[in-house]
Formats: sequence, C-alpha cells, structure tokens
Amino acid sequence: MQVVNHMKLEFLSVPENEGFARVAVSAFAVQLDPTLDVLADIKTAVSEAVTNAIVHGYGPALGTVAVEAALRSDGVLQISVSDQGRGIPDIAQAMQPFFTTQPEKERSGMGFSVMQTFMDRVSVESVLGEGTTVRMEKRLREG
Amino acid sequence: MEHVRRRDTMTVRLTGELDHCSAQSVRRELDGLIADPGIKKLVLDMGGMSFMDSSGIGVILGRYRELHGRGGALYVKNMNSQVEKIFLLSGMDQIIQII
Repeated sequence: MQVVNHMKLEFLSVPENEGFARVAVSAFAVQLDPTLDVLADIKTAVSEAVTNAIVHGYGPALGTVAVEAALRSDGVLQISVSDQGRGIPDIAQAMQPFFTTQPEKERSGMGFSVMQTFMDRVSVESVLGEGTTVRMEKRLREG
Repeated sequence: MEHVRRRDTMTVRLTGELDHCSAQSVRRELDGLIADPGIKKLVLDMGGMSFMDSSGIGVILGRYRELHGRGGALYVKNMNSQVEKIFLLSGMDQIIQII
C-alpha cells in the first residue's frame, strides 16, 4: 500500500512531551478529516505509547523517543513509537490488562489495553537492552 | 483546583488534561483536599477535563481506595465521551458511581 504522507518526531523522554506528541500526531491525522471521536482515540493511544517509552523504556534515565506517522493510500494511519531503552522482558505479560511493574506509583497497567481498544491494530517489538517499538494502525476512511 | 466542601462531601472540578505528566500534581492536590478524615465523599466533576489517559485511572482509583478505606465513596460526573471511554474500559464504573 502506498504511503501518501509521512512525518517523524524525535524528542527527549520527559513527561512534558507526552502532550506534544499526541497533539502532533492528531494534527497530522486531521488531513483525512476524521471524526472528533477518532481523533480522540488516536491521541489517547499515542499518549499511552509515549508514556510507556518514557516511564518504562527509559525510567529515570533520559533518552530519545521517536514517533512516526504515515498516511496510506487506503486511508489507514500508521503510527510507530520507538525508544532505545531497557526493553520489555515479557511482552505478552506486559500487554495483559492491569499488569504493572509500578503499582506503588498508581500505574493502572491499562496502557496496552487502551491502545488495543482505541486502535485497529497494535504490535510490539522489543529487545532487552536495545529498546521497544510499538506499531499501531487506525483506518480513517475507506480506501 | 476549584472545590466546594459541604459537610462530609468534597466536590472538586478537574480541568485540562490528566496524563502521566500532570498526574502527580493532581494526585497531590486531591490528597490535600481530602486530608481531613471527616470527608467521606469525593465528587470529581470532570466537566472541564478535555483529555484523560490511563494515568488518570490510577489517580482516580488511588483516591477511591483512600475513601473506601475510611468508609466513604467517590463519585464522578460530567465526563466527556473520551474520558468516559477510558473510565468504562477500566471497569471503574463497577465500583465508582457516575452521577
């Protein structure tokens, strides 16, 4: 499927950039004129993925988070959120609802569940010590 | 954070965005507002809230546990559709009443 538009952001893994990332991706998606509900879904999913990169990928350390978005000719928005942080030891466990490694910080463990509910497709690649990439897709219009 | 206390009930109006970035300050402010053990009910008015992700679930559940532990309750109202979707996905509607 042909990519008709593409963008890439890189930013420091500080919480202040969570809002920046979700608004930027949402603004990029606007060109296909999605509904407000669909835009809200995209913003929420991006927020979860970027928060995971900041909180779990890097933790107290700082690193670079990369967010890419592409619009395909079939009306699908592709998003990837990547870090070069610690990696996820057990992806299947991490994706279980309410699983969290930080209950004392009141983390809900719902991040991946939100992504899976709000987007059409979610996949995760992770290598310990090298980082994690979350890929998501959402259909914005019929191709 | 706008708030009104009537007897044992604290009503707090949340505004803006509740994500991981803002969660700590919102948590701290809410904990200050319900620090008096005489407060048994917390009503979160979400009418001014434009965005919430799963970090907000943790904030709300944490306050629910505190109030539940003292025999109280937490209520939410005026959620927009995005916030309500997160709320329902988490199953919080099973333990927290929407008024």
